[in-house]
Amino acid sequence: MEVVRLAHETDFAGWRQAARALRARHVAPDTTLWTVDGQANLFDGASPSEIASEGPIDPRSETAGRFTVPKAFVDLSAKVILHRSDERFALLYRLLWRLQDQPSLMHIASDPDVGRAQGFAGEVSRAAHKMKAFVRFRQTSDEDGEAFVAWFEPAHRVAEATAPFFARRFANMRFSILTPDACVHWDMTELAFTPGADPADAPAEDALEDYWRTYYASIFNPARLKIGAMQKEMPKRYWRNLPEAALIPELIAQAQGRTDTMVRQAPTEPSRRVVKAAIRNSRDAPWEGQAATSLEEVAAGVDHCRRCDLWRDATQGVVGEGPGKAKLLFVGEQPGDQEDLAGKPFVGPAGQVFNKALAEAGVPRTETYVTNAVKHFKHELRGKRRIHQTPNAGEVTACRWWLDAERRIVRPRVIVTLGATAGLAVFGKPTPIGKFRGQPIQLSDQAQGVVTYHPSYLLRLPDEAAKAKAYAAFVEDLRLAWSLAA
Amino acid sequence: MATLTLKRKLAILSDAAKYDASCASSGSVKRDSMGGKGMGSTDGGMGICHAYAPDGRCISLLKILLTNFCVYDCAYCVNRVSSNTPRARFSVEEVVDLTLSFYKRNYIEGLFLSSGIIRTADYTMEEMVRVARSLREVHDFRGYIHLKLIPEASPALVNQAGLYADRVSINVELPKDESLAALAPEKDAAGIKKAMGAVRVSEDAAKDKGRKTRPPKFAPAGQSTQMIVGADDATDGAILKRSESLYGAFRLRRVYYSAFSPIPDATARLPLQRPPLIREHRLYQADWLMRFYGFARDEIIGETEDLDLAIDPKLAWALKNRGEFPMDVNVADRERLLRVPGLGVRAVDRIVDVRRYKRLELADVKRLSRGIEKLKPFLVCADWSPGALTDRADLRQRVQPKQMDLF
Repeated sequence: MEVVRLAHETDFAGWRQAARALRARHVAPDTTLWTVDGQANLFDGASPSEIASEGPIDPRSETAGRFTVPKAFVDLSAKVILHRSDERFALLYRLLWRLQDQPSLMHIASDPDVGRAQGFAGEVSRAAHKMKAFVRFRQTSDEDGEAFVAWFEPAHRVAEATAPFFARRFANMRFSILTPDACVHWDMTELAFTPGADPADAPAEDALEDYWRTYYASIFNPARLKIGAMQKEMPKRYWRNLPEAALIPELIAQAQGRTDTMVRQAPTEPSRRVVKAAIRNSRDAPWEGQAATSLEEVAAGVDHCRRCDLWRDATQGVVGEGPGKAKLLFVGEQPGDQEDLAGKPFVGPAGQVFNKALAEAGVPRTETYVTNAVKHFKHELRGKRRIHQTPNAGEVTACRWWLDAERRIVRPRVIVTLGATAGLAVFGKPTPIGKFRGQPIQLSDQAQGVVTYHPSYLLRLPDEAAKAKAYAAFVEDLRLAWSLAA
Repeated sequence: MATLTLKRKLAILSDAAKYDASCASSGSVKRDSMGGKGMGSTDGGMGICHAYAPDGRCISLLKILLTNFCVYDCAYCVNRVSSNTPRARFSVEEVVDLTLSFYKRNYIEGLFLSSGIIRTADYTMEEMVRVARSLREVHDFRGYIHLKLIPEASPALVNQAGLYADRVSINVELPKDESLAALAPEKDAAGIKKAMGAVRVSEDAAKDKGRKTRPPKFAPAGQSTQMIVGADDATDGAILKRSESLYGAFRLRRVYYSAFSPIPDATARLPLQRPPLIREHRLYQADWLMRFYGFARDEIIGETEDLDLAIDPKLAWALKNRGEFPMDVNVADRERLLRVPGLGVRAVDRIVDVRRYKRLELADVKRLSRGIEKLKPFLVCADWSPGALTDRADLRQRVQPKQMDLF
């Protein structure tokens, strides 16, 4: 029987030194006993450094003392050591022993030893997390000024490991966290550790705790009592050091009564109801009736338009942009993802192609009016992405109400339709682009129509040569439209 | 009017804030107070809950209203203008002091500030931005800040709020725009959507890698929203469809569902019946399935349907789609294993890791999951096949929890 006596409960370096030496000497886990200095034990035991210097290395092992272990094991051990279970040193040594024959052991979470060690590590992480959550500082002062002190009882020995978190968070505040295992001190420059302390060493109260309790009691909603959910995350073992926990029994006891009172009380009548209804009616005025006579009216109307169902999933209605008396009016299909969010036409990828082509054709966009046949973004969701869908004839017809209003108000000399949907909206019938492009078409309202591609069509063409050809034709059409409008 | 003490104000203005479900302090960037002159840190991923109230909700932030005076008259809200609730208003300095004092004692991760609308939207938003600016610039506070945005406020103010806050949020409040018009006459569904769209545009711009000078960070923990469940007649399907479109359009981090709960001094415009809390829980489960388990909304529920309250939505899906089962734990893809009722993301990841080294038996799966009985009808292992169990007519009775797990 080999007995190892570690210096203290969280002596990871000592455990590592002894374990390395024992494994090199082929000392099996079931003949090893781990103790900690100061603990009552039948055996005296040897310290890790004694074990490391003791006895010859087993001559059968050629690589004795120079074996490697996966990093996952080292990281896991450093955590497991902090667990309060007496079993932890032996468990880790058993894992180290088994890694010899099973190098991939740490990946097998279903193995009972690995599962147990991972379980310990999980409990240690949780204890560290709860320490970050449940430490409650109390203010004191000494000759150097303001300082903060907390008394805390962690579920596992995580005080030292969690100290850097508090130092980073409260870099400019002097504090001490006292626990039964170890105490942490921060002087705004470095962390220091001292042995465990007693609750009486911490201040007994803090004036702010009364405010904190007020907040805790007020933020609680008595109409939805879920005591189990609370205790799962805030176990009772922490309650005695939480100033707010003293209120819990009283809050629970009163909850039902408070809820009943709320439900029993007769509803009150809103005083200004009639006025409000009038405001509501004016805002939600229906689209039937008078057609819009200004672009402002169009913008307001489109936003509350219910002529078709596309408004439901769209962010907003996107109306045209440009001077109210432009000579040239562009009609696209509908806003895309970017346009829908920004509330402006042609600002996404297709808009960039459009701007580039306009610049090449010498057409200043700011002197033209740019709008769409359909004002809301039609799309379907694929995962979290919104994929464009072509509007149907019914939606195009419904939205002509607004396009026609824009045409009437702007009175352009030339209307350019970008893509098939725009053609349908402006001419009232399908106008195949291949057949009609390159020639002005007389419209009933005295304007001339020019048919061309939609910029996003140019983006979609897979073949580079075809893309270049279509782009050149597009620029040519824009130039034609601008010359007609001049 | 008698002056209220600070403690009384705190009681009124935190009581008024409790109907906002969110108290998360997660998802921001990593930062700490080293090298600064103030205090505070955020660790990037997970937030910290400093306490739990007996309603089971996490208390992570100091969640308060700047004021509960409000010119709006939203039927579901305790702070509506026509309510007879006691009123109070904090000064900017009072909020800053309370936040810092609580933070120093490790009570909180930071501040969640909301407000009733006083005078105008812009005036109110400006006051809220002043609090955040003082915390960040005067006190070099590096903890978490969540600001509620007022949809009608000017874009410049919203933009400033995004520069100081980790997270911003606007509540859509009700799943159907028609209900919002009926219950909250001053709120404008179209305005809310536009404001959320503007937040996403600002977020995207701040992440734009193409720019030479790195733009300042805009609300690094993104935006979230809340819907009240059970105050109108929307079905669960309609609610989830709304969430789906919100996630898609605005890249929301979270949609919170809050079961409508009785408020003091209620109005006659609301239903008297409160929805069961389990309904809220099922909605969260379905939301999780859409976000982390690769389910499409229409696989879980049709637009006019409600979720089954007795069993969770994944089990309900599995019972309706028995043809997909049993799945072989040793062979099936990760995506498919995620569809097995009773297996969570963590269990699936462990299974995928372990099976590279050994063939899994039933006992192995038991150690990797939380209970094997519910899983048995849906899984094939090296030493287990459910046989006819998967297709039994009484399977639902066998796997259904004996009692409701929440009520």
